[in-house]
Amino acid sequence: MKAFTTINSTAVPLPIEDVDTDQIIPARFLKATTRDGFGDNLFRDWRFDREDQPKAEFVLNNPTYGGEILVAGKNFGCGSSREHAAWAIGDFGFRVVVSSFFADIFRGNALNNGILPVIVSPDFLDKIFQAIEANPQATFTVSLEEQYFQIDATGSKTAFEIGPYKKKCLLNGYDDIDYLLSQAAEIEAYEKV
Amino acid sequence: MGKTLFDKIWDRHVVKSIEGGQQILYIDRHLIHEVTSPQAFDGLRRRDLPVFRPKQTIGTADHNVPTIDQHLPIKEELSRKQVQALTDNCAEFGVELYGLGHKYQGIVHVIGPELGITQPGRTMVCGDSHTSTHGAFGAIAFGIGTSQVEQVLATQCLLQRKPKRMRISVDGELAPGVVSKDIILYIISKLGVGGGTGYFVEYAGSAIRSLSMEARMTICNMSIEMGARGGLIAPDQTTFDYVEGREFTPKGAEWDEKLAYWKSLYTDDDATFDAEFNFRAEDIEPMITYGTNPGMGMGVTEKVPAKAKEGESEATFQKALGYMDVQAGGALLGQSIDYVFIGSCTNSRMEDLRLAAGLIAGKKVAPHVRAMIVPGSQQVAIQAKEEGLDRVFEAAGFEFRQAGCSACLGMNEDKVPAGKYCVSTSNRNFEGRQGQGARTILASPLTAAAAAIAGEIIDVRTQIEVLV
Ligand code: SF4
Repeated sequence: MKAFTTINSTAVPLPIEDVDTDQIIPARFLKATTRDGFGDNLFRDWRFDREDQPKAEFVLNNPTYGGEILVAGKNFGCGSSREHAAWAIGDFGFRVVVSSFFADIFRGNALNNGILPVIVSPDFLDKIFQAIEANPQATFTVSLEEQYFQIDATGSKTAFEIGPYKKKCLLNGYDDIDYLLSQAAEIEAYEKV
Repeated sequence: MGKTLFDKIWDRHVVKSIEGGQQILYIDRHLIHEVTSPQAFDGLRRRDLPVFRPKQTIGTADHNVPTIDQHLPIKEELSRKQVQALTDNCAEFGVELYGLGHKYQGIVHVIGPELGITQPGRTMVCGDSHTSTHGAFGAIAFGIGTSQVEQVLATQCLLQRKPKRMRISVDGELAPGVVSKDIILYIISKLGVGGGTGYFVEYAGSAIRSLSMEARMTICNMSIEMGARGGLIAPDQTTFDYVEGREFTPKGAEWDEKLAYWKSLYTDDDATFDAEFNFRAEDIEPMITYGTNPGMGMGVTEKVPAKAKEGESEATFQKALGYMDVQAGGALLGQSIDYVFIGSCTNSRMEDLRLAAGLIAGKKVAPHVRAMIVPGSQQVAIQAKEEGLDRVFEAAGFEFRQAGCSACLGMNEDKVPAGKYCVSTSNRNFEGRQGQGARTILASPLTAAAAAIAGEIIDVRTQIEVLV
């Protein structure tokens, strides 16, 4: 897993609530047996019409917006457990997803792939959307080490939560599996009782 | 202080607690399928690891498989390759596979209970969010991502934070024509798609206790649709009767020992929950959905809300209505429909098929409707044939197909065309779920069967005389 450092970037606004993983990556693209290339089909049916022509009105097709941060409405990533959703978001180039609320499985999948889900208050989320609307080139700073998200133009900052274990994993690029493998003796001991 | 059912099972499976509330949770049984496992096996190969406990993982092919001509090679190349990868991986790593053509093949969440792999008190996971289904037996069961599939294959454990506990009680008696699918659609419409996030739900109350095992599975199946990690129901005599005598259930002295333990699995009177909700069965009518998530549900005779519910965004609401082409404040009763799908891990078991058959018998599917019934497993298909249900369905104009996930997610050929309305017994009405541009209306098998005959959304209670 790629280690996470401080991110300073513009952001892409997606002010839609309850974005489900079927929208993030539709089921017909889940037939691959590797983890690569899912970014091409990120939000496929919102990005392209049925003739595979880009839909100009969708934000990812608008050259004004870009960056490593995706800002979305509440309950982002609900629905299926497909990790392909996190792979698609990462492969497209996002390292941070900001929302006021994430679905549990998506949040875990993101963390397991070096993507940081940042939970902010609904009010702060509105502020971020407003900042992007006022200036699509507005930049934001995400510090994992110090656990804050900042709107650079105003200096307005908010703290976010992340557990100490997951924080360490992200900062160092460790996977859960490395840790679990190191606990094999305890797992075997548990099995005996 | 007393413990909840959930705590009793969870605590027994904690290998170790580490910093910041993370725990190593031991997983008793792991189910895998072709879509979310190939990258996990690749990970094992990359690290040169074996499957740690191969006997505790069981595979089947379900998401991608065709539901006709299953004896022939799969036509679609990518699907064929993915199913082949599962076969190869299971052979290489020594995992039991119930692949296409095997008498035990079927949707993971149908075969687990059917084979007795699902048992009270167990922890179970699968790379599929509807793993919550197995909670109906008083098990802790939840969906995981592919990285976690790899972790379970490698160590039989997961790192987890313990979720909060919620209890949802439904008391009273259901009206005729109202079934367990209506209960869960009703609950989700009240709590919303995010209402259960962060929680594990226990379903309780007299209306839940009086349900059969299959009906309980339908309830637990959709826990994830309100964001909950899982849902469970305390095991009771109904559970024990269902579990006894199945392929993998304990026998003899081991059965007695297990049974004694299972009888201790209930929430103590003085245990507390982080959240509680109570509903009355009498308030529930046959349910349908009008929007693009399972929380956008209503009674079949009700009107689509005039505006977004409190706390929900109007833009998201309008986007959903636009996609579905339904009017805010309008009725759906009488809405013409094009497809009916009876199947999926929510409603593809014998009881579902019997319910549908009872309503369909002697009638004909409306001429403009294409109706499909897809049994959840080979065993369900065989049983249905033994009972002659296939002939009832086919005489009425339903296609009776072979086992798989099918039009629940449209990964195979069973898709709904753009713009068409499909009344579906599955669990998700997301945009494009059943095919690009498809419009899904979730409902019970009874409501779906009635819609197939009428060719429109209909209140199944008006057809109820045929049921008795
Ligand atoms: S039937 Fe549908 S919801 Fe159930 S496991 Fe298959 S794809 Fe998932």
